[in-house]
Amino acid sequence: MGAQKKRAAAAAAAARVSEDPDDLARQPLQAILLADSFTTKFRPITLERPKVLLPLVNVPMINYTLAWLEAAGVAEVFVFCCAHSKQVIDYLENSEWFSQPNFTVKTIESHNIISAGDALRLIYEQNVALVDIACLLKLVSLSRLKLATCYTLTICFLVVLSFKIHGDFVLISGDTVSNMSLTQALQEHKERKKKDNNAVMTMIIKKSKPSPITRQSRLGTDELFMAIDPNTKQLLYYEDKADHSKGTICLDKMLLAENPSISLHNDKQDCYIDICSPEVLSLFTDNFDYQHLRRHFVKGLLLDDIMGYKIFTHEIHSSYAARIDNYRSYDIVSKDIIQRWTYPYVPDVKFCGNRATKLERRGMYRALEIEQSRSAQVGSFTVIGYGTKIGSNSKISDSVIGEGCTIGSNVLIEGSYIWDNVIIEDGCELRHVIVCDGVIMKAGAVLKPGVVLSFKVVIGERFVVPAYSKVSLLQQPTVHDSDEELEYADNSSGTVEFSSIQGTADQSNGEMTSESSEAHKPKLGTGGVGYIWSICEGGQEEEWRHSVAPIPEDKLTELSEAMDDDQELVTQDRTALSTSGELISDSNASEGDDNEDSKDDSVYFEKEVEATFLRAVEENVKVDHVILEVNSLRLSYNMTSADCAGAVFYSMMKLAIKTPHSSASELQQNTANIITTWQKLLKSYLLEIDEEIEIILKFEEMCLESAKEFSPLFARILHILYDKDILQEDAILRWADEKEGADESDKVFVRQSEKFIQWLREASEEED
Amino acid sequence: MPDTQVLVNDFLNKLKKRKIEGSQATARQTAELLRSVISQQRVPYTNQAGALIDAVKAVGEQLIAANPVELAVGNIVRRVLHIIREEDLSLTTAAIGGLNLSAVSDDENDDDRDGDSTLSAAAVAAAARSTLRPPSLQTLLEDTPVSAAVPQTSSSGGDSEGKSKSADKSSRSRKLKHDVIEAVNELIQDIVTCHEQIAEQAVEHIHQNEVILTLGSSRTVLEFLFAAKEKKRSFRVFVAEGAPRYQGHLLAKELVARGLQTTLITDSAVFAMISRVNMVIVGAHAVMANGGVIAPVGMNLVALAAQKHAVPFVVLAGSHKLCPLYPHNPEVLLNELRSPSELLDFGEFSDCMDFGSGSGSPLLHVVNPAFDYVPPKLVSLFITDTGGHNPSYMYRLIADYYSADDLVVQRRATAGN
Repeated sequence: MGAQKKRAAAAAAAARVSEDPDDLARQPLQAILLADSFTTKFRPITLERPKVLLPLVNVPMINYTLAWLEAAGVAEVFVFCCAHSKQVIDYLENSEWFSQPNFTVKTIESHNIISAGDALRLIYEQNVALVDIACLLKLVSLSRLKLATCYTLTICFLVVLSFKIHGDFVLISGDTVSNMSLTQALQEHKERKKKDNNAVMTMIIKKSKPSPITRQSRLGTDELFMAIDPNTKQLLYYEDKADHSKGTICLDKMLLAENPSISLHNDKQDCYIDICSPEVLSLFTDNFDYQHLRRHFVKGLLLDDIMGYKIFTHEIHSSYAARIDNYRSYDIVSKDIIQRWTYPYVPDVKFCGNRATKLERRGMYRALEIEQSRSAQVGSFTVIGYGTKIGSNSKISDSVIGEGCTIGSNVLIEGSYIWDNVIIEDGCELRHVIVCDGVIMKAGAVLKPGVVLSFKVVIGERFVVPAYSKVSLLQQPTVHDSDEELEYADNSSGTVEFSSIQGTADQSNGEMTSESSEAHKPKLGTGGVGYIWSICEGGQEEEWRHSVAPIPEDKLTELSEAMDDDQELVTQDRTALSTSGELISDSNASEGDDNEDSKDDSVYFEKEVEATFLRAVEENVKVDHVILEVNSLRLSYNMTSADCAGAVFYSMMKLAIKTPHSSASELQQNTANIITTWQKLLKSYLLEIDEEIEIILKFEEMCLESAKEFSPLFARILHILYDKDILQEDAILRWADEKEGADESDKVFVRQSEKFIQWLREASEEED
Repeated sequence: MPDTQVLVNDFLNKLKKRKIEGSQATARQTAELLRSVISQQRVPYTNQAGALIDAVKAVGEQLIAANPVELAVGNIVRRVLHIIREEDLSLTTAAIGGLNLSAVSDDENDDDRDGDSTLSAAAVAAAARSTLRPPSLQTLLEDTPVSAAVPQTSSSGGDSEGKSKSADKSSRSRKLKHDVIEAVNELIQDIVTCHEQIAEQAVEHIHQNEVILTLGSSRTVLEFLFAAKEKKRSFRVFVAEGAPRYQGHLLAKELVARGLQTTLITDSAVFAMISRVNMVIVGAHAVMANGGVIAPVGMNLVALAAQKHAVPFVVLAGSHKLCPLYPHNPEVLLNELRSPSELLDFGEFSDCMDFGSGSGSPLLHVVNPAFDYVPPKLVSLFITDTGGHNPSYMYRLIADYYSADDLVVQRRATAGN
């Protein structure tokens, strides 16, 4: 009996022990797929179609990601759709992904999400909401409410349940191509997690040497520096925006103090595939300012040593993984696919319902039903889609041609990506360009390297589109701001704004062609339709880095010369400043920008303060509140309190001058009144004598420039300010002293108030 | 039949994503899938065989398109089609023959159908075959030709004679399906046991103190060598490692584990070693109708070396690898180019593949074909589960296994719509 019991207990214990790993194995692996890159790098194409649906070697990008996730053993994928969510969801619903056994794809739609951080926060909230609803449901069933309510709640519950993240998940964006096996990385992650609860994330990296000349990886992203502990593979440092002009990176010396060994890499590529523990979601919620997965989240975790969360890396060797971040990586990854590094996700394998394609010698992929003229030359590493027609004497090499294209005779296509249903008439030349669906190129048109033609653009006869230009039917959205956060905001507003544009564009398509053929005659040649976008920030200077076209020779030589110079300089004296024209002009430009920025800022700031002040006067806001508002403005514009004092004083004087008055004395009276009413506000910024001097200087400036009416009243108003204890005598005297040595023209006001100053001097002497 | 559709889709997926490796596994799974397709297929009263053939063709077409390089899929589809035709034929002839025999078998019931009528069915089928088709060499050579191919349970059609017409039809349709499934079961059994069947012949080919050379790893070769070893033959094996997948390493490991004297060499050393070798024994991916062999890459090299030194080049292949098609441009069309990462490390060579600079076209192209084509003149002997055959005899074997109507597995245009 006892023995039996023991055995039962042992069996139970064994069951419990075996349960644990079993549980891990049984728990279906989940993935969050962000079907939006939250950047604007693929504009203008992404204004009309989401990035994840752009064809990559004739297959929409998201298919590569989903096919890989499916093959890697992920059971459930949440596709998070933001921009153009409708298109993504429609596509997925019509694709085979919804009907796969052992692989469920669910979409989450949200329009007001502007960053990856927001997306993860939303998912976390839904996770939490689930718990709430579960509680609610219990309560409801306890209190025996109406059955109907119960029922609807259950439905709610089920809907929310579908977004539940159970355990570790894979975080990936829908533009990633990979064929790696997750098993090992996942196992490592789980083992680490068991030992150390703070190991929240495993980042997949791959070796890939950056170009020493251009300082960018082969995928066109900036050179990435990572410090990794060679034993534990913990990530210690991550910098993708290193300052190359100086040629240095800064490491916290604590890194060296705390870790016995560090290996610093610049030859690793971040694959943007992360295995995350559920904590990651809550981390995003806790730090509501995390937007970007790398720039904010990873760097934030690395810097934050309070919580002690750790990120680890897993390097893959033989398998492939890359994310399409810009046009250059689009080009590179396409070529990798054609060269079969991504096997089995290659054109001749039907991994996602793509058309049957045959691989021929020298890396030529041909779909069925291609009409090719006998004299047409189709070169190596070319993919030609279903039903495409190629005319005589045309030459095509290193290119991808989509389905249903018509290519005339004597056309030259080199290193280009031509999507579906494009018509290219006779004698066109295309080198290293992207041509979207439905584009028509009239005879003899030429596209220079790096051109991107968005959907349905028409290029006129013999028109030459200049290098790196982007052409779209939609007009360029207004002002790009280089500020990151604004970029996010811009992105979201762009998508909203776009939908309205598209509506009108669709409606008025017919008339648009006729109208725009006149309007854009000078722009895209005869019969051309579309707008050439002006090159946005960074300008042409940076455009070559991220375009589909290879980096031009002269740029390379220029850069390598610059680098040689650099190195010479470094050896000569230790200052790593470069003499090269390129880099200097670069840094100069940026400095100039900075100055301009700060000037702009102060102008904006003054305007803001004035507006706030006027509103306060109109609405009779309490002084304390105005102080609070101005303070917040000061913080957001990063101004000193002297600036505030100046701005507030300026707005007060502006108000005085705007108040209707007939004579100078009346103006003086108005000014006095305003100063009395608002002296508390002004005083709150006059902490030191410097600020008071600032006010006098400001006043002087006003009298000279914007409000000349005050100039005769200068001395009197100065007196008023003195009377109201706004200005102390010290400030006025110091101002007078400072002005002593100035030009005659500058002394006008000192002289005007000479009497007053004299009196002040005497008074102070008397006191002494 | 939603169940089969799910199964079919599942298998299609696996094929498309190259999740199944090895022609034996593929062949077995294909056969099993077709068996369930047949068993789920509802058969009309008339032209049951036609319905079955259409159903199998419909599925088969998809399967072949999913991975055209894996020829075993097409082979099995054609084998199954052939089985259906054969069974149908035997039933019809039996029915015709049954008219004469009916008086005797009138009151036969289901139970004894299985038992004693086998012989008569086989005989009738053989007779039918001999009347309708020219006899194959094998049928002539072997006395009881189809008794192996025709399942035990196939029975005479005599029983239906006395019953009503509808009962006759339903039982006939059930019987056809039943027979076909039994035959497919046998086919699966054949596929599963093909290694043993081939290995049984090992002693006849491997002699004392011989040196055998093989390339890469093949389960058939492994079993073959083991079988010889078990029969107390002592011999040595040279294993060429089979770059770039180096499966030869695995083979060497297994051989050593079984106590075989093994030498591992690089592929490029094959020519140097071939003069010491008595026989080359290799596996194949597929055997074409002309006797050419689709085999792991590097095999043509070995075959040429063997020919140069007049060493017999023996190919082991289960009958499921026998493909009724003639190779046209086999180096390209029947090849699979795998990922270059098997050859070299991407990270180390990433700077060679920086398309961003220069002309934009890649200067380095890494090609990793999975297969080689060995022309029939280089092959000395095929050993299949039915025995050893000359390359020139392959077309005869194919005529036995496949029906000429099925060489192109494509539904008629009307059926396709």
